[in-house]
Amino acid sequence: MPPNPPPRTQGSAVALRHVAKTYRTGTVEVAALKDISVDIPFHRFSMVIGASGSGKTTLLNLIGCIDAPSSGEVAVCGEDVGKLRDNALSDFRARNIGFIFQSFSLVPVLSAYENVEYPLLLVGTPAAERRERTQVMLEAVGLSGQAKQRPNELSGGQKQRVAIARALVKRPQIVLADEPTANLDSATGLAIIELMRRVQAESRTTFIFATHDPQLISHADEIFAIRDGMVIEHRGEDHRAALGIGAAQ
Amino acid sequence: MTLLFKIALRNILRNQRRSLMTGSAVGAGALAMLLFGGFAAYIFAGLETGNVQQLGHLTVFRNGYFLFGGGNPAAYGIDRYQEAINLIRSDPTLAPMINVITPTQSLTGIAGNFSAGVDASKTFLGIGLIPSDRDRMRQWDAFGIGAGRSADARLSDQDETLGLVGFGLARILGLCAPLRLSDCPPAPSTSPDEAATASSGVNQEVVGLAAAEGLGQSDGKPGLPQIALLSATAGGAPNVVNLTVSGAERQGAKELDDNYVVMNLALAQQLVYGRGEHKVTGIVIQLHRSQDMAAARTRLIALFKQHALDLDVRDFKELAPFYGQVVALFSGIFLFIALVMGVIVLFAVINTMTMNVMERTNEIGTVRAMGVRRGGVRMQFILEGAAIGAAGATLGTVLALVIARLVNGAGIQWVPPGNSSAVPLHLDVFGSPALVIGAWAGLVLVATVAALVPANRAAKLSVVDALRHV
Repeated sequence: MPPNPPPRTQGSAVALRHVAKTYRTGTVEVAALKDISVDIPFHRFSMVIGASGSGKTTLLNLIGCIDAPSSGEVAVCGEDVGKLRDNALSDFRARNIGFIFQSFSLVPVLSAYENVEYPLLLVGTPAAERRERTQVMLEAVGLSGQAKQRPNELSGGQKQRVAIARALVKRPQIVLADEPTANLDSATGLAIIELMRRVQAESRTTFIFATHDPQLISHADEIFAIRDGMVIEHRGEDHRAALGIGAAQ
Repeated sequence: MTLLFKIALRNILRNQRRSLMTGSAVGAGALAMLLFGGFAAYIFAGLETGNVQQLGHLTVFRNGYFLFGGGNPAAYGIDRYQEAINLIRSDPTLAPMINVITPTQSLTGIAGNFSAGVDASKTFLGIGLIPSDRDRMRQWDAFGIGAGRSADARLSDQDETLGLVGFGLARILGLCAPLRLSDCPPAPSTSPDEAATASSGVNQEVVGLAAAEGLGQSDGKPGLPQIALLSATAGGAPNVVNLTVSGAERQGAKELDDNYVVMNLALAQQLVYGRGEHKVTGIVIQLHRSQDMAAARTRLIALFKQHALDLDVRDFKELAPFYGQVVALFSGIFLFIALVMGVIVLFAVINTMTMNVMERTNEIGTVRAMGVRRGGVRMQFILEGAAIGAAGATLGTVLALVIARLVNGAGIQWVPPGNSSAVPLHLDVFGSPALVIGAWAGLVLVATVAALVPANRAAKLSVVDALRHV
């Protein structure tokens, strides 16, 4: 597997063209996404917001190359991912995309250190570099003291920090986070948001969130509001005022 | 791969009870296979040792003897047999393989005991051999099972009249008391009429012939009974000799026990060939190692062809089909046990791995999202199945070795099939590395194959569906 490419500075991190996604449940077809065409820029803290069932997670899944659209084209980091076969898609995810899940989704039998190290093993990072980057990442999320602890020995906030470190350690082009603060209390959630904001600023990684957490939304650079499977609004820098959320808290 | 191993081992330890139960099933399989396999290996070694001690590995006959010689052994005698023995013994290929090479004479006839008021006769199946060669053959113990026997003083190269009979024949001929045999009831007394009838038949002929040949009942050794052996010579004339019975030996089969006579080769030749040329019906070859049997046989056939000798070679498995039957029976039982254990292990591992996949569906989705390929997920669960199999099989193997050692040291006695006396029970697990490795590897393979089904299911999971799984 080739080493990670340098962060992109031109074009869109994600380009969706007339993307639709339909689920079939028995004889019933449910349209989760309808003809979506959006461009999500690089190096931004972008949020896909909307109510439950609006299609946020489906959109994130398509961007994360873990689901395929029923129609339309999805380009991630300039790559038309619809043309990639399963193994190539896996490799593409391993190199370019980091995931942060609502339920943390750490591998329970691995320590915090091993969980963070895991993505580096997948891209074949040499052992010495792997050790260094893992330790640096754990320090960055404030968990160097908990490196040997397993997920069941960590608090919710600590688990999410490990998940953030795991997503970022391989220096991906894009980090996708699906409701990353939903399972955390507000204080911990805020700390996690600030952490992500800080590492995003430092690493200039593209963050794309699916959320309806106002606390998180207030930190967004870009907002894509989605309802009934359609993007109904896209706002850039002026979104906070427009949405009446106020300044960053 | 290191990470896969790490995750596999930790998941096995994480689900301790489940892993223990599945590992125990694999261990029980290994235990059953190894203990029975060790027992069967011991049976095979014991049976082969017994046959090789008695029959040698190979026997050279005149062509046709093996199929038709039983009806008239004398007609298939090998003439100038000593030259044939010398030829074999001097062959550079065969010489290093051979432990004992010795001539034998098979014969049939009627044995009678008319001493001390006993009036009994019985057909017999006899073998004439060289006692010192017999002693050397009986020491063969290539498997190291302690079956080598000491020299039998009841037979002697020097005293050609000494011989042994089957325990049953001794009983029928009324030799229990003279031979001081225990568990040997005397023959029931017969009415004067019955005695007269019997005496007027075959017995009278034997007695008459013995008298004509100048054989008297007083020629025997002090304290040892004598019997008369009647047979037809190669020329068809009746002949009779006296045999001093120095002991009785139990034979594994009653039919043989009631007919068996062992005597010195010279006496057998005297009975079968009289004053004519003394031949033998077989040249028995005992090798140092059974593994050389095929090579020795091939060489013998080539040698006989080269020297235009009308000779045939048979191995002990052909001469004693019981050996093959026992091997087939025990092999069949072993295969059955292995199959049953294999099926149990198969389903136990499938069940455990299916539960593991179900419980870890979200984890599967997570690692797939992170970039692990389907093959990586498949390998993860296959490794876990194989690791459970390996741990269980190792546990079972260790237990089997411990139990085998305990049993072997306990001095338990039993009577093997075809044997006439009890021998120590031995489980030859230690001496069968192929069995240990085969059983271990077989069970690990079954566990690995069993894990394939749930592993494939895990690999085929949709990432999105797996991530949604709670």
